[in-house]
Amino acid sequence: MTTTVQLRDDFPVLSREIRPGVPLVYLDSTATAQKPTQVLRAMDEYYRKYNANIHRGVHTLAEEATAMYESARQRIAGFIHAAHPREVIYTRNTTESINLVAQTWGRKYLQEGDVVILTEMEHHSNLVPWQMLAAEKHLRLEFIPVRDDYLLDLDAYQELLSLKPRLVAFTHMSNVLGTINPAEEIIRLAHAAGALTLVDGAQSVPHFKVDVQALDADFLAFSAHKMCGPTGIGALYGKQALLEAMPPFLGGGDMIRKVYLRSFTPNELPHKFEAGTPAVAEAVGFGAAVDYLSQVGMDLIAAHEHEVTAYALERLSEIPGLRIFGPDLPHKGGVVSFTMNGVHPHDVAQILDQNGVAVRAGHHCAMPLHDKFGITATTRASFYLYTTFEDVDRLAKGLDDVIRLFG
Amino acid sequence: MDDLYREVIIEHYKNPGYRGELDPCDIRFEDENPLCGDHIRIDVRVDANNRVTEAAFSGHGCAISQASADLLLESIIGKSLDEVKELTKQDVLDLLGIDLGPVRLKCALLSLKVLKAGVYGLGEASDALVEGA
Ligand SMILES: Cc1ncc(COP(=O)(O)O)c(C=O)c1O
Repeated sequence: MTTTVQLRDDFPVLSREIRPGVPLVYLDSTATAQKPTQVLRAMDEYYRKYNANIHRGVHTLAEEATAMYESARQRIAGFIHAAHPREVIYTRNTTESINLVAQTWGRKYLQEGDVVILTEMEHHSNLVPWQMLAAEKHLRLEFIPVRDDYLLDLDAYQELLSLKPRLVAFTHMSNVLGTINPAEEIIRLAHAAGALTLVDGAQSVPHFKVDVQALDADFLAFSAHKMCGPTGIGALYGKQALLEAMPPFLGGGDMIRKVYLRSFTPNELPHKFEAGTPAVAEAVGFGAAVDYLSQVGMDLIAAHEHEVTAYALERLSEIPGLRIFGPDLPHKGGVVSFTMNGVHPHDVAQILDQNGVAVRAGHHCAMPLHDKFGITATTRASFYLYTTFEDVDRLAKGLDDVIRLFG
Repeated sequence: MDDLYREVIIEHYKNPGYRGELDPCDIRFEDENPLCGDHIRIDVRVDANNRVTEAAFSGHGCAISQASADLLLESIIGKSLDEVKELTKQDVLDLLGIDLGPVRLKCALLSLKVLKAGVYGLGEASDALVEGA
């Protein structure tokens, strides 16, 4: 807790007031995390001192900008323990990373009747790309069910594996339930059945240590903006041999080795998948973000979020008519989604906002999951390294107001 | 405490006067707010002169969307369909008596969008029906 109180000073927006005398309580980090001064400064400095297009110029600025862009890649690769930086492709976000795999690996290798296994708790970004490909290629999509205790049904998964799937694509941590899925086991079983694996790491990479080699993940997708970095940049990790065999994604500058009027040869990894001028300043910010998180320490961040989540579950369980959707600790990350009797989540979020408390209301890009529980929307509070017990108290106090107004 | 939840809104949300269904009816239309999945259906009956005699809404949504549906239907009883076609975003905001940001505006205007799409006999509701002043 002491560390958290100190590091809150790193996040300028956290000292903002929503209205005079009403300080901000930011409980929407699952949607996007706030940015520390260290990241803002790195990007600002990049534009003030270095800005140049990369890879093509030989002047000093271009050399320096290229070095910064590639150095960030190296540190991001280190952060997820990739064997080599060339296995980290810059994308716009998790969504683009998943689409990249669907449109290149999926297009090349999947054929009519092939099975792809997903789960019932996926974000739309790990559903729709596969639905699009399935419609085009006549694939069969199967789903690992979510049990009543909000965990994946691994027995049902074992049965699905007898269908000889080509790919198992699943979220490491649910952005609605907070469920942390047993990625290592899911991947081991998939490999034993001859399938490749894609891990949606949008909610795991920011919040606890993810080691792609220990997991033996084939692909891992994540977004910088959810881990204290800027919007507009994310990453796809892929095992080198897979990435090398995949066709390019977008065509254009930088992704080529040689271009003729009627043909081209693709560049080597990772440039093969990075067409056009990339988000250089954002890559620099992404690098600064992983430096920042590493410096604080991922184990400490995870432990802190665990404490805050335990406290939030305790406080919210005292509120009458409130129902939490998600498993118990320790299978749960710092996400608490809930409904309140007779009050629409929009109204809950709005009243909380009037108390300075920022939460999210809606289906959180997981409509099928909400359908499963027979609801259209939930209110979601989510936590990060800068969340304090006082923030949770302010949430609980705001919910008292909701009951007073609607009760 | 909060201007957004003025008494009139809470009152119309908790005790709507126009909640229900009309079977049969002359105009029926339904749509949802894709942002939140809220759904609304409006049924309207008119007389020989195309004046609204009865109206009802059903579906689910937040206090703002439900209250605005109730207030809107209350306001169109006795109006001609041509007058209903003239209704604007500002008319709904005047009924609610509040200002709204872009996200909540969608909630407030869902009922007007559904009503106008029904009155115009459109196949699909469009935001263009409720844009502008
Ligand atoms: C589990 C999960 N997957 C994917 C995404 C999509 O991330 P992005 O919008 O950055 O592509 C999110 C973001 O909300 C998420 O929580």
